[in-house]
Amino acid sequence: MNLRRIGISLIAPAIGLSISLIATAFILRLIGADVTTVFASMWNYGTSPRAMSLMLNLATIYFLSALAVSIGFKMNLFNIGVNGQYVLGALAGAVVASNLTLPKAASVTVTIITAMFVGALWAGIAAWLKVARGVSEVISTIMLNFIAIGIISYIIVRTSIGTETSLNIRGTKAIPETGMLRGVPFLDPGTPIYGFFFISIFIGIGYWFLLNRTRFGFDLRATGKSATAARTSGVQSNRMIYVTMLLSGAVAGLVGLPYLLGDTGSYTLQFPTDWGFIGIAIALLGRNNPLGIALGAILWAFLDISSGQLVLEGVPREISTIMQGLIVIVVVISYEVVRRYQVKSEQTSVAKALAKQEVSV
Amino acid sequence: MSQSALAVELKGIWKRFPGVIANSDINLKVASGTVHAIVGENGAGKSTLMKILYGMQKADEGTISINGTNLVFNSPSDAIDSGIGMVHQHFMLADNFTVLENIVLGSEPKNGMRLDFAKARKQISDIAAENGLAVDPDVLVSELGVGDRQRIEILKVLYRGAKILILDEPTAVLVPHEVDELFNTLRDLKKEGLTVIFISHKLDEVLSIADEITVIRQGTTVGSVNPHTQNVSARDLAEMMVGNELPTPESVGDTIRDEVVLKVENLSVFAKGGKAIVDNISFQIRAGEIVGIAGVEGNGQAEILDALMGIESASGQVYFKAEDITKKSTRHRRELGIGFIPEDRHRQALMLEAPLWENRMLGHQTREPNSKGIWLTPRSAKADTKRIVAEYDVRTPSIDVLASALSGGNQQKLIVGREMSGEPKLLIAAHPTRGVDVGAQAAIWDHIRNARQSGLAVLLVSADLDELIGLSDNIKVLLRGKFVADADPATVTPQELGTAMTGAGEAA
Amino acid sequence: MLSITRTITGNGDLTSTVTIAQALVFASPIALAGLAGIWAERAGVINIGLEGMMILGTFGAGWAGWQWGVWAGVLAGVIFGAIGGLLLAVAAVTFGVDQIIAGTAINLLALGLTKFLAILLFTDAPGGGQAQSPPIKGEIPTFTVESIVAPLTSLHEKGIFFISDLAGIVAGLFYNMSLLTIITFMLFVMTSYLLWKTAFGLRLRSAGENPWAADSLGVKVVQFKYAAVVFSGMLAGLGGAYLSIASTIYRNGNTAGRGYIGLATMIFGDWRPGGTAAGALMFGYIDTLRLIDTGNQNVKGLILLGAIILFTIGGIMLRRNKRNSGIGFLILGSVMIGAYFSATSFPPEVAQVAPYITTLLVLATASQNLRPPAADGVPYRKGDHH
Repeated sequence: MNLRRIGISLIAPAIGLSISLIATAFILRLIGADVTTVFASMWNYGTSPRAMSLMLNLATIYFLSALAVSIGFKMNLFNIGVNGQYVLGALAGAVVASNLTLPKAASVTVTIITAMFVGALWAGIAAWLKVARGVSEVISTIMLNFIAIGIISYIIVRTSIGTETSLNIRGTKAIPETGMLRGVPFLDPGTPIYGFFFISIFIGIGYWFLLNRTRFGFDLRATGKSATAARTSGVQSNRMIYVTMLLSGAVAGLVGLPYLLGDTGSYTLQFPTDWGFIGIAIALLGRNNPLGIALGAILWAFLDISSGQLVLEGVPREISTIMQGLIVIVVVISYEVVRRYQVKSEQTSVAKALAKQEVSV
Repeated sequence: MSQSALAVELKGIWKRFPGVIANSDINLKVASGTVHAIVGENGAGKSTLMKILYGMQKADEGTISINGTNLVFNSPSDAIDSGIGMVHQHFMLADNFTVLENIVLGSEPKNGMRLDFAKARKQISDIAAENGLAVDPDVLVSELGVGDRQRIEILKVLYRGAKILILDEPTAVLVPHEVDELFNTLRDLKKEGLTVIFISHKLDEVLSIADEITVIRQGTTVGSVNPHTQNVSARDLAEMMVGNELPTPESVGDTIRDEVVLKVENLSVFAKGGKAIVDNISFQIRAGEIVGIAGVEGNGQAEILDALMGIESASGQVYFKAEDITKKSTRHRRELGIGFIPEDRHRQALMLEAPLWENRMLGHQTREPNSKGIWLTPRSAKADTKRIVAEYDVRTPSIDVLASALSGGNQQKLIVGREMSGEPKLLIAAHPTRGVDVGAQAAIWDHIRNARQSGLAVLLVSADLDELIGLSDNIKVLLRGKFVADADPATVTPQELGTAMTGAGEAA
Repeated sequence: MLSITRTITGNGDLTSTVTIAQALVFASPIALAGLAGIWAERAGVINIGLEGMMILGTFGAGWAGWQWGVWAGVLAGVIFGAIGGLLLAVAAVTFGVDQIIAGTAINLLALGLTKFLAILLFTDAPGGGQAQSPPIKGEIPTFTVESIVAPLTSLHEKGIFFISDLAGIVAGLFYNMSLLTIITFMLFVMTSYLLWKTAFGLRLRSAGENPWAADSLGVKVVQFKYAAVVFSGMLAGLGGAYLSIASTIYRNGNTAGRGYIGLATMIFGDWRPGGTAAGALMFGYIDTLRLIDTGNQNVKGLILLGAIILFTIGGIMLRRNKRNSGIGFLILGSVMIGAYFSATSFPPEVAQVAPYITTLLVLATASQNLRPPAADGVPYRKGDHH
């Protein structure tokens, strides 16, 4: 039965990928590009050691983001506020780290804790609004995203925390080298893979254990499957909402750190601010399952990195965005179709098996 | 009478669903101007058959004739057009709409594009007056009680000019006194020339109102009897329905001990507007005692149970043995050894899209064999699930199947088995054998009785008056949130209980 | 309350003709989004994808508008929005995908698609760029009733408490009133009538209250849900088109969350057109003040106004015996008063986030006692009823 289940789980992403490829090929033909050269050049570049390292780095970021979203999803809580949570977390982390003079392990740890704390705090606001005032967390987290951007803009542009960095961009003071987590040049000598890559793997494993092997995880999944049944079974829904959102926010706070500690060393106005939404898409793709999310993150990062090549072919690189969007929609629909089929087929096979039992008795 | 006096004739109806045959070779003849009852056990296929007759489902094989003409129904509108009206067991009413809106939905009187509210109001008042069904068309349905809602369902059907009424288990939520009112209405309708088809499993009621009774067992028609011309008893019908001897729940003896397991003092639950749904009740249950609560649905039973489990907030005191658990969480109460079989198993007792063994853990996830400390122990949980499946005769090929794949009766058996595990000291059970087939029902009663022998205290809420009388040591009647009477199960009759449950015996 | 604020701050802009007129322009897209939300949710489908449908609308208007003129832009905006709605309907109604997930997926897709197409189609177009379209040709006709506006405006300038403010507000209604705003208003009226006074409306709402009951009475629930969701997309698309036309171009990110703010106005309005319009007007007003804020004075005025409103709500809550909420609001009000008096001017970021904070406050007050359609958000499958 289990092999069958795995097989069925892979159908939806496979369908999604295929349809997306076909649609993209169609669009490429429409704009006059040669399909095979485009795909080939993406593939060739994408599998070069340098590109693969970049890809793993980006995938780390996406992985963390999707993980944060998943914690909420598993409980039917929609934390769309990962954007706001991670930028605030990254800013806080940058400020703290740039003022520390501790040895590397300590400095990085403090930075991580700061970022997680700020992210959790920001998510906590949405949790409070939901529990105390019944506000939908979908809307409140989105509003908080916008507010976060305002706060950051204010802090960097108008307070002394923001200074002129090199290249005439305003940002935080640079983090000393002892506070950075640069990483290991694994595949390509010139491109280190973020130290955070390895940390993320641990976080992923921890997530799996938490969700599937602890009482808390059971409570969380039960609430997601049936909030009323969970309540009857002793789960306190308000407490669950708080803990889950705080946890989600804490993980979200980490999302900016791989880039901050592995690359720039300073939070500037140029810091990317859309990794949260990407996390949502990947969480949907990976069905809230760490392995699925990891694969999804790698796929997404691959598309992002390899499409950088396309400028040379005269194709806007945003073609990858369309591919990604299509994958999400098709996969999400396919998952639902597959799930319904699964439920029905189980009902049928159970009935059949029982009938057989009765006959043999 | 000639054949054309048949209001409804079904020939050779078959209906299959994935994995189960709901109707096989059903043949039914209903004469017009009569009340025709269809009886059968839960799960025998009665509801499916009626859905086919009403156009909500399509038969795989067979024909339907209405007043002599063969017809095909593709949707309820087709059935409505041919004069059939269905009064559902689970009322299909939109709470946020008014009575008027619910009645005219789908057949609205129009003035151009505009809904003609005035015309609708007049039409409804006329029909209501004709048939003695009083309603206020502008009241929101959410404010109405069960009896009123049923009246609206009947009005809905009459409004559309139905000449053939199908009533699906109409007395499931009524007590004898309200049933009499309903039957008078049905007799009036019969006088107006309407035909009534009536599904039920309450045999004595059926015998008092029906002109003809058809028995369905396991999806097929077993036979028809005419109570006016043939000497038929409820027992005869029951045997036709079940095919073998019936078990009866009978209390064994005195198992009651001195220790008080549950003590409830001045318990009240208030609704949003301040009205008391549960009004200052007090009672206690001793070890080895089963206390039953009799009452029409909606008089506060669900709220009492939720309050006792800590799911609803309430005022008053609740003591478990010596401990005051009034403010304690649901989890704490369960950990003390309180088992709970809720009324709505799909919403409160199961995760439908989770395997059986995870469902076994639900409600008990903080104790062995499901967990140790903060870690879950799936292996021992799975092993224990297998034990429950064997002991409670849960029909399933494995413990990995999803709960939704099991039939309602088997789901219930799993739930009962789960709640009886871990040696509970107190069992709070709402309709514990609802949907369970007769054989398993007897087995569950045995489990409960055995546990009682060892000191289990039970609070039993049930709509099945036979179950209530048969299992309880002591029955309390609940009306509008208050206990209004005590009954001795050894001497009380269902009729007497029913009167107390509706307050019909109270002085004006 | 506005009058009190104006007098204290001495800021005539708060109730001037121009401000009010502009507020209507800003309010309309949000109002349309809120109306779109009503249509979908009254039929039982939560439409989180409003933002995406609005984005599609802004794009359609920009793309068609610069080539063929303003009305082509409107049409294209509506059609693009409808396509978004159709996608949601297929995913959520036919396939039963969770409505919030489907809506979010549509937002993602819309974002990516429009960015891509903008680069493709606008980069080489005259006056356009990678992230924006060339200017839309033509203008929507506007109306000004001089005979009303002129005398009232001068009345406003006299600064008389309350009467001047009223004059300013009324004058604003007749000044530069865009045809699109009038269309929006008519759509609201039409919705009120259609949904609550016709059989069509009753059936549509029944799909959101109890689709199984409706089905048992022969109502074609799935068709109604489709119609409602597609129409919802059209309205959102119209709102997006309005945005583009008002800014004369399509620009990436022009919606800035207005789709979600529209949802908030819908909740605030208890899923009815009247309340939704009121909420949208409030947002439009705030948006306007922010934009025409030359001396950063408007924001101060807004904060004072906000403080006064918070105090009022706090008072009401205390009278209703809701101590905790009442005290909470009073505290917030005091904070704002403190802020008002302590600073001479506020950084523009405060104005920037004002709409979003307001949304949160609005939802925090309003969310508790509302009555959404009973089957809102519930996936419906024929014959599914327990």
